[in-house]
Amino acid sequence: MNNSLIIGQYVPGNSLVHRLDPRTKITIIFFFVFIVFFANNIASYSLLTVFALTCMFTSKVPIRFIIKGLTPVWFLIIFTFILHLFVTREGTVILEFWIFEFYSGGLIQGIAIALRFFLLILVTSLLTLTTTPIEITDAIEDMLHPLKRFKFPVHELALMMSISLRFIPTLMQETDKISRAQASRGVDFKTGPIKERIKAVVPLLVPLFVSAFKRAEELAMAMEARGYQGGEGRSKLRELKIEKRDIFIFILFAIVVAALLLIRSYS
Amino acid sequence: MSKKLVEFRNVSFRYDEDGPWVLKNCSFEIYENEWVAIIGHNGSGKSTIAKLLNGLLFPQEGEIVIGGQQVNEESIWSIRKEVGMVFQNPDNQFVGATVQDDVAFGMENRGVQRDEMQKRITETLSAVRMQDYRLTEPHRLSGGQKQRVAIASVLAISPKVLILDEATAMLDPSGRKEIMDTVGEIQESSGLSLITITHDLQEVVQADRVIVMNNGNKWREASPREIFLEKDALRTIGLDVPFVAILAEELKHAGVSLKSTPLNQEELLEDLWILHSRT
Amino acid sequence: MDITFKNVTYIYQPNTPFSHKAIEDLSFQVESGTFMAIIGHTGSGKSTLIQHLNGLSVPTDGEVVIGEYRLSKHDKPRDMKELRSRVGVVFQYPEHQLFEETVAKDIAFGPQNFGVNEAEIGQRIKEIIPAVGLNETVLERSPFDLSGGQMRRVAIAGVLAVKPDVLVLDEPTAGLDPRGQKEIMDMFYKLHKEQGLTTILVTHSMEDALKYADQVLILNKGTKFMEGTPLEVFNEKDALQSVQLDVPEIVQFLNRFEEKFGQTIPFQKQSIKEIAQSIQQIIEGAESR
Ligand SMILES: Nc1ncnc2c1ncn2[C@@H]1O[C@H](COP(=O)(O)OP(=O)(O)OP(=O)(O)O)[C@@H](O)[C@H]1O
Ligand SMILES: Nc1ncnc2c1ncn2[C@@H]1O[C@H](COP(=O)(O)OP(=O)(O)OP(=O)(O)O)[C@@H](O)[C@H]1O
Ligand SMILES: [Mg+2]
Ligand SMILES: [Mg+2]
Repeated sequence: MNNSLIIGQYVPGNSLVHRLDPRTKITIIFFFVFIVFFANNIASYSLLTVFALTCMFTSKVPIRFIIKGLTPVWFLIIFTFILHLFVTREGTVILEFWIFEFYSGGLIQGIAIALRFFLLILVTSLLTLTTTPIEITDAIEDMLHPLKRFKFPVHELALMMSISLRFIPTLMQETDKISRAQASRGVDFKTGPIKERIKAVVPLLVPLFVSAFKRAEELAMAMEARGYQGGEGRSKLRELKIEKRDIFIFILFAIVVAALLLIRSYS
Repeated sequence: MSKKLVEFRNVSFRYDEDGPWVLKNCSFEIYENEWVAIIGHNGSGKSTIAKLLNGLLFPQEGEIVIGGQQVNEESIWSIRKEVGMVFQNPDNQFVGATVQDDVAFGMENRGVQRDEMQKRITETLSAVRMQDYRLTEPHRLSGGQKQRVAIASVLAISPKVLILDEATAMLDPSGRKEIMDTVGEIQESSGLSLITITHDLQEVVQADRVIVMNNGNKWREASPREIFLEKDALRTIGLDVPFVAILAEELKHAGVSLKSTPLNQEELLEDLWILHSRT
Repeated sequence: MDITFKNVTYIYQPNTPFSHKAIEDLSFQVESGTFMAIIGHTGSGKSTLIQHLNGLSVPTDGEVVIGEYRLSKHDKPRDMKELRSRVGVVFQYPEHQLFEETVAKDIAFGPQNFGVNEAEIGQRIKEIIPAVGLNETVLERSPFDLSGGQMRRVAIAGVLAVKPDVLVLDEPTAGLDPRGQKEIMDMFYKLHKEQGLTTILVTHSMEDALKYADQVLILNKGTKFMEGTPLEVFNEKDALQSVQLDVPEIVQFLNRFEEKFGQTIPFQKQSIKEIAQSIQQIIEGAESR
């Protein structure tokens, strides 16, 4: 058994951020994404950065996990920064180099845009770092609930999501097992011309599909045997509850938003 | 005499219109608080019987009655409350994201209130000795632990019949023994009927009664003791007999006049002891 | 081929928070032509061990020598494929590896990868089909239309068609009915004898270990707990019990007999019939007294 798989990137913990209702977190992040674009001066950027960093430190998620989560986007952040630096021609020239001239405006804009990116990604990854996939699923089901009136299959969608999440580790183990079995039969997944390597995937994919179908069939049967008949008349064990801490965070966030708008209009 | 709980009346079944009959005119009964083992070679129709009992399939001929209700499209939801089932593959029946979600699944389907659910989860997880794993995710459990959770999930809806369809087949001997001990305890304390489908002779010996399937026919129905007397006939239909039964027979050939047919080592040793000390 | 494990340690995902030592400082030797059974609890490292035999895993520490191939942190055989053609592995539930349209193609898949020519493959399939207890009529059918037991046999045929010198079996009979189990084990035993194979069997069945193996290795938590002939190992009832393993039923019975009657019938792999006769003598002895 492979005990090491983390689905998504959840880091278990019991901090305030962990214990917030997932709907609170999703809502706040949703608005945060908006207001990041309202920031327009040092004060407003500082305000948002302080807010995001406070969240990060309260969550007690080790910094290295956060940095790991940011790795795929470092490139993007640096790229936008450089792009702005090269393209923007405002303010005074601060550096001349070969045929390039760097303007102070470019530097400021570059920093601002890169910071925006950084904040957005930091806050969204805080969501996945402190919330289990199943909590996110529950929150989405609950928030999409009004769509039920329009015959949107909210419950089915949520169930599908949670079952997929549940089976990801199983299927990963299965892939590992089958590829070992086929490697023992002389399949070479790692070397050889591209065409050969693509062909080598067939003996892996076919058994994987066959087993996934079989699993689906058996799971459907097991669910039916336990009395599953769709979302109607079902109760739920998991309960989402807005607590004092959620209200507290909402108020705090509202203050941040208000302050931001205020600062913005002063400049 | 205890009450009749399950009845198969001349049941025949096939998966396809023009396919072969997988069950042929099978009839049997199962009583309250009884432990029945079903054995038979691969493909003899055992799992098909289990699925018919739960309304996952319906017979083309004959009828099935459970707790006085005939199994049909209308009655399946109340039937499934009475008949709980645990399947072979531990991975493919774990629905929930964590142990407690999985145990809750059956109750959620029936709209049980949250407080009641919490209570039942605690009870049933303790019954299968998994109370310390309430929040654990399935990929962190061993096969045997997953099967115990599956049993708890079924017990949570308090069925009258519990079917284990080779529920221990994918486990190692100690995992097997744990499951069988757990199930034995539960059966004794709660008085439900137990149907175990198995190739494991040890599980057969523990049952009150055995139904032997061969090629879709009910081949025999008797106590384990009687069944294992037919050593050679069992072998011809692809089955086996426990070591003690073989030894007992060899002892008879060797001229030791055992007076009964022992089923386990204790009984055999006791018999030998009586012979030994008679003189 | 001789097999040697020298102080082998294997760690899954080393240098991460999830690193897990599945095998620790394990040493043993298997002479060419031996039938060895590996026994141990779930998670004791049996499957991890056998993956070292064809280079699917390479020791984190120590070394594994199989014939002329040497596996360690520092040297891997240049031709891993050649090693894999000489060590055949039947994994747990091998039917899960089937994928071709027909049984014949699936059996031919391994030998083709190892460069056996078509004529030779055809010849091998002809020999193997009856040996694994199948009928030639299945050759052109899809493997997915077969029963579980038949699929298992096809998968085994696919491994045998490579004609390995070492055969590694990871619980090859799980899920089969008693007759199927016996047929498959008897078939492996016959091949082992006829073709002079080295066979490594991972099993939970003490009965099979007793019946077929020359040598038994007992693993506990990734380390060697005991090693020896089946007779040596299974006479250590208490030691086995301390790691929650049973002895074969026949040995168990003889032990209990001794406790109750105070007379020992030493176990030397005699048949049940012979045991019955010994018991009869002890009881008669009492009667004639
Ligand atoms: N979904 C299906 N469609 C068509 N045929 C099926 C299906 N399921 C089972 N069968 C066939 O029905 C017969 C009985 O199958 P069943 O699964 O009841 O056997 P079993 O006694 O449980 O065997 P095992 O010991 O292998 O579990 C077999 O011949 C099988 O091939
Ligand atoms: N890919 C993997 N990543 C991390 N840990 C693993 C991996 N595969 C196995 N393990 C761990 O290594 C240990 C040994 O596993 P292994 O599969 O070798 O046991 P086994 O003796 O074959 O057990 P079983 O009888 O259940 O097949 C176990 O604790 C297992 O959880
Ligand atoms: Mg079955
Ligand atoms: Mg294993």
